[in-house]
Amino acid sequence: MDTVILSRWQFAITTIYHFFFVPVTLGLSTFLAVLETRYVITNDETYKKMVKFWGNIFLINFAIGVVTGIVQEFHFGLNWSEYARFMGDIFGAPLAIEGLMAFFLESTFIGIWIFGWDKISKKTHAAVMWMVAIGSNLSALWILIANSFMQNPVGYAIRNGRAEMTDFWALVGNPNVWYQFPHVLTAGISVGGFLVMAFSAWHLLKKNPHTQDFFRRSMRWAAGFALVGSLLVGLIGHAQGQFLAKNQSMKISAMEGLWETEQPGSFSVVALIDEKNQQNTFDLKIPKALSFLLFNDFSSEVIGIKELQAEAEALYGPGNYIPPVTLSYWSSRTMIGIGLLMILISGLAVLWSRVDGLEKRSWFLKLLIPAGLLPTVAITAGWLVAETGRWPWIVHGLQKIEDAVSPSITAGNIFFSLISFLILYGVLAVVGVSLMLKYGKSDPAAAVEKGE
Amino acid sequence: MDLNILWFILITILFSGFFFLEGFDYGVGILLPFIAKKDNERRAVINTIGPVWDANEVWMITAGGAMFAAFPHMYATLFSGFYIALIFMLLGLIIRGVAFEFRSKREEPSWRSSWDWAIFIGSLLPALLWGVTIANLMRGVAIEADWNYYGGLLPLLNPYSLLGGLVFLGLFTLHGASFLGIKLEGELKQKAKGFAGKIWIPVVALVVIFLIWTYLSTDILNNPGWDGLIPAILAALTLLTYGWFLRQGKEGLTFISGGLTILMATVMVFSGLFPRLMISTLDPANTLTIYNASSSPYTLRVITIVAAIFLPIILIYQGWTYWIFRKRLSPESSDLHY
Ligand code: HDD
Ligand code: HEM
Ligand code: HEM
Repeated sequence: MDTVILSRWQFAITTIYHFFFVPVTLGLSTFLAVLETRYVITNDETYKKMVKFWGNIFLINFAIGVVTGIVQEFHFGLNWSEYARFMGDIFGAPLAIEGLMAFFLESTFIGIWIFGWDKISKKTHAAVMWMVAIGSNLSALWILIANSFMQNPVGYAIRNGRAEMTDFWALVGNPNVWYQFPHVLTAGISVGGFLVMAFSAWHLLKKNPHTQDFFRRSMRWAAGFALVGSLLVGLIGHAQGQFLAKNQSMKISAMEGLWETEQPGSFSVVALIDEKNQQNTFDLKIPKALSFLLFNDFSSEVIGIKELQAEAEALYGPGNYIPPVTLSYWSSRTMIGIGLLMILISGLAVLWSRVDGLEKRSWFLKLLIPAGLLPTVAITAGWLVAETGRWPWIVHGLQKIEDAVSPSITAGNIFFSLISFLILYGVLAVVGVSLMLKYGKSDPAAAVEKGE
Repeated sequence: MDLNILWFILITILFSGFFFLEGFDYGVGILLPFIAKKDNERRAVINTIGPVWDANEVWMITAGGAMFAAFPHMYATLFSGFYIALIFMLLGLIIRGVAFEFRSKREEPSWRSSWDWAIFIGSLLPALLWGVTIANLMRGVAIEADWNYYGGLLPLLNPYSLLGGLVFLGLFTLHGASFLGIKLEGELKQKAKGFAGKIWIPVVALVVIFLIWTYLSTDILNNPGWDGLIPAILAALTLLTYGWFLRQGKEGLTFISGGLTILMATVMVFSGLFPRLMISTLDPANTLTIYNASSSPYTLRVITIVAAIFLPIILIYQGWTYWIFRKRLSPESSDLHY
């Protein structure tokens, strides 16, 4: 196997793994900051208990988020050194700014938060949690600014054999950022909400009178979080799709499995895709719907993959510019389908937890437990769409993946690192998840005593 | 002074901060099995760095990020060239980072002692490997005309660099011991100081041999650009005062001496390299310098402004952390969290 394929596997596995934990940090840090603020305002000890209880899960998750992030930071040099040379002038800056502005903030204040319960005042302590939440979200912003350049390069010039930055504010104002960042943030909010709902549902099913009130309240807050997150992630995702239609039409057409240009475009609900012969052997379509989704009218033309391939060849020279269509198609359907389901589930959870009908419906509580994983599946699918849909480009239109890999590493090197990461990440997943389950299922009173 | 020089200095500052702060963190992790046997003793030791280890590690992350931003070719050559060594370092850092958080989450002695091992190995490995890496930077590696180093791991494990690794290990362990001297109370503190007393002479010996070898086989100490000799002398002197203050029982001054040794050693390395970043042993034309390996002037200007705003703020809130957690700890302390 060659180093490009191995490096891609390694990068894909390590980032996806990092991104199992990142959204939990994004969502729960905000969740905890809100609850702790409630505690300061109302002086109600239950809120403090809630912060400590959910804080345990947050911290276990945070630790894995941190250690897997370090791998990412060095990955661009380790496996993608030609990318680092070509893109360093642009890519390094947001990464350095992320360290200075975000990582220092979140890592310093998380230490104060864990150890500072009886060293600083209640109000300061809540403010410290806000610093952690702000730090996490800022880190998301800067890394997505970097990623957005790869999707939609702006504010640069090709000089000295590399991409050089000419306008920093263009980089920050990249329209792609302002779809991607809110989409990822609200995805994180929904992840946090669904996770807390799942654990709360488990406890509510036990019908333990001492903990009922605690988890009822947790559930109510989490359901609100989950609904807001799910609604927004869907709305923003829709807008993002419309932006893509103008900017990365190949990605959109691959997501839709649309080989031939259509006017008006019809939306495919399920299809069997035959990539080799560039056709769908089965396709269930809703006429005109795609034109409407992408362009808000029922008549616009949607360009198909084959035509886009011809355009790309005319522009960039001969080659294959078609991303893995089956993967894009099914990943995007997974994400969007789950997104709709999430709105339904969290909507019902909000409704029933307000009118006190939740505990009567044990089937729904049972459903909420596995539903805790839905947003994580959607997120993984989302990244697969965004990153593989860029194929064959590592930086859209500027550098191809095969030109980005480090020339000095061997397949044996990567085998070694990949297998080491796989083993270690596997162990970490088992240990981390079992700890989260242990603390998530524990009695809040006991967990608060022993915790942190 | 142009921005390339400024960023060379800033990278030096970031690496100095990293080696100073993570130096005692690693040291504490290395000392853990030697000075603390019972569980509550181990907890006291770990909790001395509990609130700060993550923020300290971010000094390394930011040093890496800043290198990427200011000198992308160095980032590319170094990280791809030293691939296997860095993978080992990452594996160490992964198990170490989660160990702090996971250790206290279960009661079983076997669980806890496994994570203690993770902390020990996860501190020892990066300390050693940073030493090996830095020594190789001082010595130079076989960088080819395309600015890549193709030699793999084995040539990096030469005797000089391995000695450099041991020097780092020794200095960090001394630094960690004196940190425990100012953070702990009672018997544990005495043990930490006793350990420092035992290894001080061997570390001095290692450092002396390393400096002589450096003088003979590299140009770090007689670099025509900037002089590495003066910081080298200062590093050696502060290492001597470390031993002196340790014997006098002056804990604060011992810690400061050890810290200065590390800072001066870092300054020695970088000023000895200046204006080079990575020396090619094959052909001076392949050497990466702060000019041929740098980002464009525009990018340097952008990150200069950001660093000028944020570095002071970071120093203020990190200082605040050390102030909040200034109280000494003992195994009987009530506020052990990890
Ligand atoms: C949208 C958000 C997002 C994305 C796309 C990424 N990360 Fe991440 N990262 C975070 C959001 C985040 C976070 C929420 O800030 C984390 C997760 C848990 C944590 O502790 O901080 C984090 C931790 C984290 C750390 C450890 C920081 C510390 O020690 O406190 C590093 C070095 C990175 N990340 C680097 C990266 C790199 C180089 C990425 C590109 C592939 C990346 N992350 C993708
Ligand atoms: C700033 C953030 C990110 C950058 C700079 C980035 C960059 C890259 C790079 C260099 C590759 C390898 C080339 C390739 O195979 O396409 C890649 C692939 C990939 N990335 Fe990202 N990525 C980022 C964030 C993420 C995140 C957070 C995820 C999801 C967890 C992700 C998922 C993937 C996947 C699945 C691939 C494999 C694609 C493939 O093999 O074709 N990326 N990305
Ligand atoms: C419900 C309707 C949704 C729509 C229409 C939608 C749309 C999109 C589109 C078009 C992309 C590709 C963006 C690009 O490549 O630049 C994307 C990416 C992504 N989606 Fe969704 N999405 C939806 C729901 C969700 C849900 C529920 C989640 C997770 C909870 C999610 C998480 C992500 C993530 C993490 C990415 C990759 C990052 C990015 O490019 O923004 N999406 N989404």
